[in-house]
Amino acid sequence: MKTKTNDWTSVNPSDEEVSTTRQELDERMLVVRSQRGEKAAFGELVRRYMQRAYFTALGITGSGEAALDLSQDAFIRAYRAIKKFEPGRPFFAWYYQILRNLCFNYLRDRKRHAAPFSEIGESRLSQISDVLQRPDEALQRKEIQEAVWQAMNRLKPEEREILILREFEGYSYNDIAGMLTIPVGTVMSRLYYARKSLRDQLSDRLKDPV
Amino acid sequence: MIQKHEQFRLLMMKALDGELSPQEETEFQQFLQEKAFRREWLEFKQLKEVTQGMKFKYPPQEVWDSYWMNVYNRLERGLAWILLSIGAIIFLSYGLYQLFHVVVNGSELPLLLRVAIVALVIGTAILLVSVIREKLFVRKRDPYKEVQQ
Repeated sequence: MKTKTNDWTSVNPSDEEVSTTRQELDERMLVVRSQRGEKAAFGELVRRYMQRAYFTALGITGSGEAALDLSQDAFIRAYRAIKKFEPGRPFFAWYYQILRNLCFNYLRDRKRHAAPFSEIGESRLSQISDVLQRPDEALQRKEIQEAVWQAMNRLKPEEREILILREFEGYSYNDIAGMLTIPVGTVMSRLYYARKSLRDQLSDRLKDPV
Repeated sequence: MIQKHEQFRLLMMKALDGELSPQEETEFQQFLQEKAFRREWLEFKQLKEVTQGMKFKYPPQEVWDSYWMNVYNRLERGLAWILLSIGAIIFLSYGLYQLFHVVVNGSELPLLLRVAIVALVIGTAILLVSVIREKLFVRKRDPYKEVQQ
């Protein structure tokens, strides 16, 4: 939030804004240095985004091994193509284009055998029992999570992707729009249909809310 | 009506993800007065509660510790493979050229030996290509690749 005053010099950006701007400048520097061939600078970019990359790939492919392999492969391709990248743009959104292509190719080339959620996921909260049909807690929670994961694996890859980006990775609509190069309205619309498909698949598992 | 429903869907997504502005919140509450909209909202809210409670397992710290090193090694090896391939292509081409000379022009070699050399070279080449292709194909499509023995 900026303070509105008549004197332009006293417009105070918040700590968050300052931090974001610094991070952007820092990222720009790292990109420029990477373009000069400095592998250490690129290493910083990799360290900054490796977790995001891994978890997003994990959500799309459903395999830990593939997520690790594909996210690293995408970084290698990004490094080789970094001279074509415009330094002012967000690096991760650009990198994500490469990663998503690799993940979708992986899904196309290989009939998926996604790991069950119990192997790659866990509970964040203990509130899920409230929406279950039966009151048995931990087991019920595991069951419903497994069911959600199976249902997600039956969704179209694009539907699963947008759910992962929003629900698991917590990206904002603007971030997702940048990563998928679509308008924000389309992000919301895709999210609606993905959530609807998921809800339809789980209709027998969830209580009637009314 | 379609436009109204579309507007409701967009507001509902924002409401689920906590991105409603105060003005949109008022508009959304008005939509919820209608029974059909309210029902859909409750269904989506329920689903959100479930997915909110799920997250991916954090892999062991070693994965992150060695992550960049693996990328770096693969980057370096990429260059190494290119150089190795160029060298191998030149080397093999020269070898084949020499072999061709020996087989065609090497008058001191008996015909049977020349035929044997040609058969051996062609057979090895076919076998090599076939095995490499099979390995690559299996690696790409093996459904049990991730099953630990």
